[in-house]
Amino acid sequence: MTTLEGIQGAAFPFHGNVRPILNEVIHAIDKLLDTGEATTIDLASLPFGPGELEHLEATLGTGELSAKLDALGTSRIRETAYPGVWWLEHRNAHDEVVGRYLEITRTPEILKSQDADIAAGRARLDDQSE
Amino acid sequence: MKKTPTVGEILQAKGVSRRGFLKYCATTASILALPPSMIPRIAEAIENARRPSVIWLSFQECTGCTESLTRSASPTVEGLIFDAISLDYHHTLQAAAGDQAEAARHAAMEENDGSYLVLVDGSIPLANPGYSTIAGISNVDMLKETVAGAAAVVSIGSCAAFGGIPGADPNPTGAVSVMDIVTDKPVVNVPGCPPIPMVMTAVLTQFLTFGTLPDLDKHGRPMAFYGKTIHDRCYRRPFYEQGRFAETFDDEGAKAGWCLYKLGCKGPITYNACATTKWNSGTSFPIESGHPCLGCSEPNFWDKGGFYEPLSTGKFDSGERLAGAAAAGVALGVAAAAAGRRKQSKFAKEG
Ligand code: SF4
Ligand code: SF4
Repeated sequence: MTTLEGIQGAAFPFHGNVRPILNEVIHAIDKLLDTGEATTIDLASLPFGPGELEHLEATLGTGELSAKLDALGTSRIRETAYPGVWWLEHRNAHDEVVGRYLEITRTPEILKSQDADIAAGRARLDDQSE
Repeated sequence: MKKTPTVGEILQAKGVSRRGFLKYCATTASILALPPSMIPRIAEAIENARRPSVIWLSFQECTGCTESLTRSASPTVEGLIFDAISLDYHHTLQAAAGDQAEAARHAAMEENDGSYLVLVDGSIPLANPGYSTIAGISNVDMLKETVAGAAAVVSIGSCAAFGGIPGADPNPTGAVSVMDIVTDKPVVNVPGCPPIPMVMTAVLTQFLTFGTLPDLDKHGRPMAFYGKTIHDRCYRRPFYEQGRFAETFDDEGAKAGWCLYKLGCKGPITYNACATTKWNSGTSFPIESGHPCLGCSEPNFWDKGGFYEPLSTGKFDSGERLAGAAAAGVALGVAAAAAGRRKQSKFAKEG
């Protein structure tokens, strides 16, 4: 399997903005394994030349798990080929991308059922069974 | 003040799930240029925020700024405008007209005295106030009357912030900026021609979320977006460092995506966020399309020499560089804005 370290050594044909992010991902993986602390990288705050974002996405690849969320537009939550490295893409109701993040974590928070939703669901179930 | 629902209550009433709310908060953090670690604080603040009243005044302008805002790709902008803020007056967007519209403006001012936001696009003609009037009221009178009870004023676009195109030489209408007239209220400048929608949204969102104004630079611009130059974050920067420049728009250097400095790029002295936020839902920005930065978020950019003349010809840079004038906190930011304002008026006189 390709390793991030292996990818690091690969040639980057663009403007050099992908390699620093991969380095940051490696540091974040180390932090996750050592301390359990998660990291979120907001890709909107980084400069990308033409094709570099797509290059980053292709480099990280696709892993075993992906999910689609329907809330205020759709969101795609996908584990990359590197376990613990998640690619999150939020879209609005017009299907425009409004946020792209890399989350280095065991489970992205947004995948978990939230207490407020669980309680609201329980109340609905109660109503239904009356 | 009438009791308005909190944003949390509004979202709940709309059936937005907690997950949806988390998504909203994540994108809000992005919009506010805050680290993702701030998301829990943002969530708490947004839940309890009450929607502020906003009065939008349009003076000598081309409506490009409104166009820009209403095309904002923020997930919240349609919600922000119609749910999370109460847009009580806007010539272009409101249904009311004439006396009815003016009555709505007065009602919003009375009901929200001391707490409403005034947004302005367009410059204000002073040579003859009759050049631009609304309901028979001159722009300068309407501005003064409306800001009297406001919490703060946001100048949207380079015309409201610095005079813009109407103020360009020979300035036939005697156009001035909002901060030339409003001197006793905090003024946040969101320049750009037009400004980046996300920046406009960010100022509103911060006010809505935390009830505060952003930290400002010496020109009254939010540091989070105008704190770095286009050049600082330009993806062509490695070519600049290597001395690889396009010499014409169709030479090999241009085709290879080299630096546009010699074609007049003003990126090195232009403070704006285009290089990362980009335009049209993050698709691209001028430099990515092969055109140099014009410096549209800098004061008086129209009168600073040719767009295609390199900076090294010395015409653009008026010595108005930011020079590390980072403003910390709102109070200091406002002071810095006032200092910038003095400088700006001086500059306008000299220019
Ligand atoms: S294209 Fe402009 S902003 Fe980009 S590196 Fe060259 S001079 Fe700087
Ligand atoms: S690249 Fe420069 S001229 Fe173009 S919109 Fe951004 S700041 Fe304005």
